[in-house]
Amino acid sequence: MSNESLEQLANRDYRWGFTTPIEQDVVEPGLSEDVIRFISAKKNEPAWMVDWRLEAYRRWQKLSEPHHWANVHYPPIDYQAIRYYAAPKAKPKLDSLDELDPELRRTYEKLGISLDEQKRLAGVAVDAVFDSVSVATTFKKELEKHGIIFCPFSEAVHKAPELVKQYLGSVVPQGDNFFAALNSAVFTDGSFVYIPPGVRCPMELSTYFRINASETGQFERTLIIADRGAYVSYLEGCTAPQRDENQLHAAVVELIALDDAEIKYSTVQNWYPGDAEGRGGIYNFVTKRGKCVGRRSKISWTQVETGSAITWKYPSCILLGDESVGEFYSVALTAKRQQADTGTKMIHIGKRTRSTIISKGISAGRGQNSYRGLVRIQKGADGARNYSQCDSLLIGSECGAHTFPYLEVANPTAQVEHEATTSKIGEDQLFYCQQRGISEEDAVNMIVNGFCKRVLRELPMEFAVEAQKLLGVSLEGAVG
Amino acid sequence: MTRESASERPMLEIRNLHATAGGVPILKGIDLVIRAGEVHAIMGPNGSGKSTLANVLAGKPGYAVTAGEVLFEGRDLTALAPEARAREGIFLAFQYPVEIPGVSNMYFLKQAANAVRAHRGMEELDAMEFLSLAREKMKLVEMSEALMSRAINEGFSGGEKKRNEILQMAVLEPRLAVLDETDSGLDIDALRIVANGVNALRGPARALLVITHYQRLLDFIVPDRVHVLSGGRIVKSGGKELAHELEAKGYGWIEKEAAA
Repeated sequence: MSNESLEQLANRDYRWGFTTPIEQDVVEPGLSEDVIRFISAKKNEPAWMVDWRLEAYRRWQKLSEPHHWANVHYPPIDYQAIRYYAAPKAKPKLDSLDELDPELRRTYEKLGISLDEQKRLAGVAVDAVFDSVSVATTFKKELEKHGIIFCPFSEAVHKAPELVKQYLGSVVPQGDNFFAALNSAVFTDGSFVYIPPGVRCPMELSTYFRINASETGQFERTLIIADRGAYVSYLEGCTAPQRDENQLHAAVVELIALDDAEIKYSTVQNWYPGDAEGRGGIYNFVTKRGKCVGRRSKISWTQVETGSAITWKYPSCILLGDESVGEFYSVALTAKRQQADTGTKMIHIGKRTRSTIISKGISAGRGQNSYRGLVRIQKGADGARNYSQCDSLLIGSECGAHTFPYLEVANPTAQVEHEATTSKIGEDQLFYCQQRGISEEDAVNMIVNGFCKRVLRELPMEFAVEAQKLLGVSLEGAVG
Repeated sequence: MTRESASERPMLEIRNLHATAGGVPILKGIDLVIRAGEVHAIMGPNGSGKSTLANVLAGKPGYAVTAGEVLFEGRDLTALAPEARAREGIFLAFQYPVEIPGVSNMYFLKQAANAVRAHRGMEELDAMEFLSLAREKMKLVEMSEALMSRAINEGFSGGEKKRNEILQMAVLEPRLAVLDETDSGLDIDALRIVANGVNALRGPARALLVITHYQRLLDFIVPDRVHVLSGGRIVKSGGKELAHELEAKGYGWIEKEAAA
């Protein structure tokens, strides 16, 4: 084998590890009230927004990192060594997508995200977030016809201040947890979605997050509100360059569903996972929570987590409205030295509320994968039902799978079911496939995809295909 | 050096084969020659090495050849990975086919067929082409559409699993098929369906090695040669009538004869 092809082979694990050479507008590392005021000024924020951030900062200073309970291990993070703002330089207000910096356009094309509305086959509107700012949002005009607001968060503060004021922090309060408080103080951009009453969003909405600058944290904030009887399906994808340092990503996502509304939120998370020795990679410490405020409302989380050195996230549902429904479908893959502590919380408050949890953990290499899930049935939740299924698949003998289910039932009429399995990819299964002419690598992919099928089929078509490929790429060289 | 021409060359030549399973010596000097078009049966008591022979031919991990050679169409088989052997045309119908949750039976069969076709320089079949091929072969073993859309062998009855094996064989069109106790766990009706499927696949270019504990299967799949395996060696070979003799007398007399 030639040197060149060997090199290709060695580098192929993370295809998204390139850096975009673009002039950056960055703030010096460190966190203080001044830095927060700087970020706020960059975004032309009104006074109430600055005050909200500063309040969060004060709360954050009183909180400590959740080291004691999560099953993840990493050296202490120096929060004064992180840059809290980085943006492509000299970006005037864009009137049309044609004015987008060609370097940025190329970056997203390289990532397989076309920002060209004409070129998109399926109806998917994209908000592209590059480090701390949103650089492009497609199909805005088309969506406006339906009264839908889909824009960068920084724009929503001006465009829909009443909605932002009413709902920001209503699901994840400023002082909710250490990382959420940090995010509330320094968040830079993210997406804002509002679907008016009775409107079924005519296309998938998606945000594509890209970390590019070094030493920089990404702190995006997403807020999605589905008004009475509205429906929206929202997708989120993420990648980052390959670097030896660890980078912090601490996002907050809040979802609000009013009466009869439905929000479907899908994530394919592919941040740089670090190398085989555990050098580099993203710390993905994210708070995602939805509130089913209205009767018969529904929030559904689907996540495929293949990237990041460490993943710490628990997309949750607060089932407040009677007969509201919460769902959590998850595939978490840890290979190399990746660690994941992920799961969900289903808080049943309303009557006859229902929730479903399907979690598939895959561990390979020296990966450590923990499922952590809370099902709480509160006193008034008559007739609440939950079904949980947590399956773990082990590939090799140096990885680990752990399950931490928590169950709190305060209503005797509730029904709660929990099933859990752990299995190893059997040599017999591999051999069976190979004896039929299928290569070992294809066989592993096939078995893993079969294991995840229940979750993958919840993803929109385009995403499901991407997710399947990602699982395959992440497992390259995991067997044999 | 062989003086035989390609057409006369045996399909499979096993010479003085010694092999271990999990480090334990099981095969202790097997000699066997199978030519294209022939059907050979291997019989023998439990623990005689029948399944080990099948697994060694297919290249299952955990089985090691310690001496002797296995030539498939003149080439050293033991140097090939299991999937390479399969693509070259060696098929093993498993005694205990595994279940693979979430992977559809039809999808699996298509992946396998296309992997084998690619190796043989044939074009890949698209979904529609494959479906019509699969349907034609499904008739051979009376396989239902419902079983094709389910996960591989998941919740299949013993008979359904064995029919599925023969269906895979029919689609992959191997040169040499090894049937490892395909009759075990089958009632007479299921046995007849499976045997009919196998017989339909007999042909001048294909060889079969039928491993069985009982003569019953050989009433349906009539062999050209019968070999008795005992203590890791072939201790007696004969025509199809040998199977009947074994059925009548048991294995004891051969073992005694071999020891004498």
